[in-house]
Amino acid sequence: MSEELLNLTLHVWRQDGPNAPGRFETYQAKDITTHMSFLEMLDVVNEELIEDGKLPIAFDHDCREGICGTCGMVINGVAHGPQKLTTACQLHMRQFKNGAEVWLEPWRAHGFPIIKDLIVDRTALDRIIQAGGYISIRTGSASEANELPVSKEIAEQAMDAAECIGCGACVAACPNASASLFTAAKISHLSLLPQGQAERQDRARTMVAQMDAEGFGGCTNHGECEAACPKGVSLRWIARMNRELVRAMVKADAPIESRER
Amino acid sequence: MELRSNEPTGPIENRWEKHKEASKLVAPANRRKHTVIVVGSGLAGGAAAASLGEMGYNVKCFCYQDSPRRAHSIAAQGGINAAKNYQNDGDSVYRLFYDTVEGGDFRSRESNVYRLAELSLKIIDQAVAQGVPFAREYGGLLGNRSFGGAQVSRTFYARGQTGQQLLLGAYQALSRQIEAGTVEMFPRAEMLDLIVHDGRARGIVTRSLTTGEVQPHVADMVVLCTGGYGNVFYLSTNAKGCNCTAVWRAHRHGAAFANPCYTQIHPTCIPQAGSYQSKLTLMSESLRNDGRVWVPRKKEDVTKRPEDIPEADRYYYLEERYPAYGNLVPRDVASRNALYVTNDGLGVGAEVGGERRGVYLDFSDALERLGEHTIRERYGNLFEMYERITGDSPYETPMRIYPATHYTMGGLWVDYNLETTIPGLFAGGEANFSDHGANRLGASALMQGLADGYFVLPFTVGNYLGEVRTLPPLTEDHADVRKAVDAVAERVHKLMNAPDPKHAPEHFHRELGMIIWTKCGMSRNKAGLEEALREIPKLRDQFWREVKITGTGTDLNQTLERAGRVADFFELGELMCLDALKREESCGGHFREEHEENGEALRDDEHFSYVAAWEWTGNPGEPRLNQEPLTFEYVKPSKRSYK
Repeated sequence: MSEELLNLTLHVWRQDGPNAPGRFETYQAKDITTHMSFLEMLDVVNEELIEDGKLPIAFDHDCREGICGTCGMVINGVAHGPQKLTTACQLHMRQFKNGAEVWLEPWRAHGFPIIKDLIVDRTALDRIIQAGGYISIRTGSASEANELPVSKEIAEQAMDAAECIGCGACVAACPNASASLFTAAKISHLSLLPQGQAERQDRARTMVAQMDAEGFGGCTNHGECEAACPKGVSLRWIARMNRELVRAMVKADAPIESRER
Repeated sequence: MELRSNEPTGPIENRWEKHKEASKLVAPANRRKHTVIVVGSGLAGGAAAASLGEMGYNVKCFCYQDSPRRAHSIAAQGGINAAKNYQNDGDSVYRLFYDTVEGGDFRSRESNVYRLAELSLKIIDQAVAQGVPFAREYGGLLGNRSFGGAQVSRTFYARGQTGQQLLLGAYQALSRQIEAGTVEMFPRAEMLDLIVHDGRARGIVTRSLTTGEVQPHVADMVVLCTGGYGNVFYLSTNAKGCNCTAVWRAHRHGAAFANPCYTQIHPTCIPQAGSYQSKLTLMSESLRNDGRVWVPRKKEDVTKRPEDIPEADRYYYLEERYPAYGNLVPRDVASRNALYVTNDGLGVGAEVGGERRGVYLDFSDALERLGEHTIRERYGNLFEMYERITGDSPYETPMRIYPATHYTMGGLWVDYNLETTIPGLFAGGEANFSDHGANRLGASALMQGLADGYFVLPFTVGNYLGEVRTLPPLTEDHADVRKAVDAVAERVHKLMNAPDPKHAPEHFHRELGMIIWTKCGMSRNKAGLEEALREIPKLRDQFWREVKITGTGTDLNQTLERAGRVADFFELGELMCLDALKREESCGGHFREEHEENGEALRDDEHFSYVAAWEWTGNPGEPRLNQEPLTFEYVKPSKRSYK
């Protein structure tokens, strides 16, 4: 595809530290080719800032191929920017027009305190996983892999849920800053599989409790999370999480014998 | 320096068992008294930290990313090999062992490779039990595919995200241990030095990437699982943050660095589009199953639209040169030939620095033969990814591809226990050199990372601690600890205060990458390597004089982080060129133009059947070479041919 050069005006959220006041600052991005990725455009701006003796814009990124989940910023009001199913690192400048104004902000959510500029602290998501997002299997004690068949349909569904890259766009997009899509994806992935049954009830309870404790909001079915998710993780997992939670509460109230089935 | 491989002897199929039986153990009640540091949280580090924590050791795990889930193992697409023989096609542990030794071009240690093949079985069991959603057949059993020219189907996969799913399995196991309190996790912390006391590795010094705080962490031993050094080329398929600092700091403390010149170049990546390019994206090699590789026959056609070039003027160079394998020749052969045709001025696509470095991968025949539906089913995701990056649809116009650095087989020298030449310092995964020889086969990196992490390190760490029992107490105010902390602080100060600051670290990294890529990349020769060895020290001096970093060292400062990594790449890059110069043969990923016959690599087993383990002597560019001879009792060295 042919190459064009763009000139853009960037309005970037700058914040020196967690407790410092933030503000927008304006930069010109000149002679940006349409083949550049969005983060490469920021690299160019940053290199100029450094050579001018100024502080570059701090932003998180790593793999730059849309799988590690490190990058993430709100671009013109949309988490990860205008292209569907695309992380900020995979967004390319051909999605922008010459002369465009671009507003860049960090994920904004109570559960994600700002560290600097566009970088936020997402360790709350790690703590949700630590609360139960795993199957307790000691290293070396697994049985032969093919002894437990899993139907193709179930395996595919589990894989759909497991696609989450933990970037936090769902939280940033949600009007309630809810981490429901993230939490639901892991609960669903593990509860679908036969291996995940032993801890199924506890997992739903403890992960949801941790999500609440981290200060994320509740889900009120806006669906913004699914629309912002670069991996297309489906809203239906939230419905499934709620069913798992109800199931866990019912089971928890039942006498021990019946809980053990 | 004495290189003792410590491998057991006797029949190869019994060696690992025999070794385990002869090893020391630590009793459960004593394990929590031992602190083990694990640096890196990818497949090797994450799996090792989780397993050691579960056993009861007191584990501290460090990663530079904001979460252990983001280590670059996550980007592996294709799959993981295991000798399960589920397809009943004659696979076995021995066959996987054989293929790996042969694929490594007879430059790996047989005992290690056999153990890897043996452990592959347990890895799949472990991952499935963790809930890794591998592809399944309709009957519910695990599915397999063939990969990387193997004659059996032994590759397990989870869509195109096998690395992601295996890493999340290890990450979840690690998370469980963090919750249980056996592992303390330090994200956004970068190891900048090793603490050596009384000849043993006893800790690390880290810099917090959020506050800039430099802090010592004292332990009983240190395990480095910090990945490969592919970013020495600047452009590679590695993540931007991947770096060699941890292993290089260890090397400077006395850990030998083995076979640095063995690097793997992957043939099917998206070509560079401009000088601003920050990384290269790999596309699965499976594309070569249906795509045909070509360039224009005439130089004047390179700027034409490919559709306008008549069939007679297209040069299907792999099909013409290698009629038996055609477009499916191994990675190194495909890569090298792309270099040759673009050297001849036949490259296509964007002109970067006066050169066009791209070749066509054309699906028009396959689209005609199989229909768009089938092609979409096979490669839909890859075509979408390609279009997102380039703006071109491979359904309508040929893809453009070019090789890119993908994996580094070299790394810290380790013995059979994965212990480096510094007692108490271990290395796992891509950070060590151990299993792939001069070339790694597809779907083997995930296998090695997890074999080291789940099954080898948890055992050999115990053996080490069982042997040393109690170590002399070491506190943070000891001179050896203070010395390491001061060295880090001084280095940060030096980077922040270059005498004549002019350019951001990226500027120097790009220039270094260009030297290494052109002179120590897919094809190497004496004159080029000698030139690189003159250029690198000059550029390094310029870097230390002119590197410009704004802000402070006591804050989040990504420019400073990069500068420190680039500084170490300079020294490692020089060692790579030295190693490549010294190795007067062609083997695996190391191709010396002086040692070829009709374009085929000429190995020299008589003179070079050894591991080159380089020892730091105090100055970059003046390392000492130690050799570990390689002997082959089972797989007899033979010549590869794909004509």
